[in-house]
Amino acid sequence: MGKINLRGVRKSFAEVVVIPGVDLEIPDGAFVVFVGPSGCGKSTLLRLIAGLEDLSDGRVFIDDQDVTDFAPARRGLSMVFQSYALYPHMSVANNIGFGLKMAGMPKPEIVKKVAYAAKMLNLTDYLERRPGQLSGGQRQRVAIGRAIVREPEAFLFDEPLSNLDAALRVQMRLEITRLHQSLKTTMIYVTHDQVEAMTMADIIVVLNRGNIEQTGAPMELYENPKNLFVAKFIGSPTMNIIEGEKAQKYGAPTIGIRPEHIKITRDAGEWSARVSIVERLGSDTFLYVDVDGVSQLTVRAEGDLGARPGDTLFLTPAPNRLHRFKPDGEAFKL
Amino acid sequence: MAQSATKSRRLVMTVIAYAFALMLFFPILWMVITSFKSEADAIALPPKFLFFHWTLANYIAVQARNNYWGFAFNSIVLSFGSTLAGLIVGIPAAYAFAFAPTKNTKQILLWMLSTKMMPAVGVLVPIYLILLKVHLLDTFTGLIIILFLSNLPIMIWMLYTYFKEIPHEILEASRMDGASRWKEIVYVLSPMAVPGIASTVLLNIILSWNETFWSLNVTNIHAAPLTAFIASYSSPEGLFWAKLSAASTLAVAPIVLLGWFSQRQLVRGLTFGAVK
Repeated sequence: MGKINLRGVRKSFAEVVVIPGVDLEIPDGAFVVFVGPSGCGKSTLLRLIAGLEDLSDGRVFIDDQDVTDFAPARRGLSMVFQSYALYPHMSVANNIGFGLKMAGMPKPEIVKKVAYAAKMLNLTDYLERRPGQLSGGQRQRVAIGRAIVREPEAFLFDEPLSNLDAALRVQMRLEITRLHQSLKTTMIYVTHDQVEAMTMADIIVVLNRGNIEQTGAPMELYENPKNLFVAKFIGSPTMNIIEGEKAQKYGAPTIGIRPEHIKITRDAGEWSARVSIVERLGSDTFLYVDVDGVSQLTVRAEGDLGARPGDTLFLTPAPNRLHRFKPDGEAFKL
Repeated sequence: MAQSATKSRRLVMTVIAYAFALMLFFPILWMVITSFKSEADAIALPPKFLFFHWTLANYIAVQARNNYWGFAFNSIVLSFGSTLAGLIVGIPAAYAFAFAPTKNTKQILLWMLSTKMMPAVGVLVPIYLILLKVHLLDTFTGLIIILFLSNLPIMIWMLYTYFKEIPHEILEASRMDGASRWKEIVYVLSPMAVPGIASTVLLNIILSWNETFWSLNVTNIHAAPLTAFIASYSSPEGLFWAKLSAASTLAVAPIVLLGWFSQRQLVRGLTFGAVK
């Protein structure tokens, strides 16, 4: 069981308030992603759950037990660090088994558990090596192995993939998702990459300046962002934000429309646009266009549209896909 | 062209470096040479460099007069003992300074170092009297305590500089893995800091070995180290340069050898943090 509750959690370093006050309920077995720009307090929140930082105020509960004053080890959590944080002087086997050794488990049992974890992560051939002799992806797997063997209530991941190259990141993303499917243990995953958030999460928690902006399933956040911040943060490329006259027409001071929700036509449409840059990805084409009275817009078209810089196109936003925002950024419906 | 310019530059630098090294090493070389001279040759003017009658008489005389091995044994006990005590206190202290700093950490570190700035002679009388009262004059315990305390600030500083280079996340990982503070220091921090701890140990042994002021003042026979052994050669009977040199050579030989074999480690340790 790994149900985690945060009640009125607050953290300040000297005079700087990092987390002004967070309430959050994480159901058992969920894959929760904390996402937000750098400095939004997402790592701090994770470290507060882990017990690596002391709370300034509030309580942390794991399975309804108040663990606020518990040392990290007593909370039954495992953590995977951004830098992997492997013990450089120990072999892979000893790295993975260190937590079990600290728990006083008999040696034969440690060997068995380490072998099992290593098999699961394709590390069997590397057990005698030192971390320094491994590639980035292998090190990351050792760090995950170290987390797995302890059979924790929940896994905490602190930007685990940000040190890997793009291809490996996609691969490890899948491996972590697969791991979650087979272990069914609660996972809390911190990232600044909204693609990781969208693809991996059951629940996304969007953080901004230490506050939770919105909590929900990925598609819920994509379709119904509560405010401008979430609207701009979730989705790639970012949502187009339009203010002024063109927005007023739709009954809001600010409107938002995602690049994929704009219809492109050659002859007639709502807005006339001049193509400035064309990005072809094969499956999609992204057009960066200039529209009078609006700053640059991004439009996504399937396949290759055949548009060229300088072309004039007509754009029509899908009316039911339009997001409307009040002056303070809060979303509303007509 | 540019390459030959750097080459000649390097040659000049090498020559200068060797010249400096020779300058620093010359007194030791002279001491070793003198130890093989007769007393007359030792004070001859102009000084005789290599062409004199080489003799082992001084070494024989020195061993006949004092028991070299007894003093050497005392030196070993004192330097290793004070170093061990320093590690036991210094590692946890440096750990606290490096990984749990408060806003006063820097001041405390500077204050500790400032205790090294006071001339030792300023506290000679009180310390002598204290040792007298607690019956620790001329004992290993007494001198070990003094050596340990006087070198502790340097040990803590060195260890602190080393520990600060160790990524905090690795220690946090061990905490997540259930290691207590003590196990964290024993199983994770110390093995990772072995080069730093080793050079701290070496430096401390050298400092304790060469320490003269306290060993002359608070020891006499039982706990007297090699520094006292040398000092006994500036005696009322007059200065015997050749015998003094022989005694000195014997006294510094072990530590010079230790330094020689560990010089790579030592240089790396002392420049750690500065060059990186």
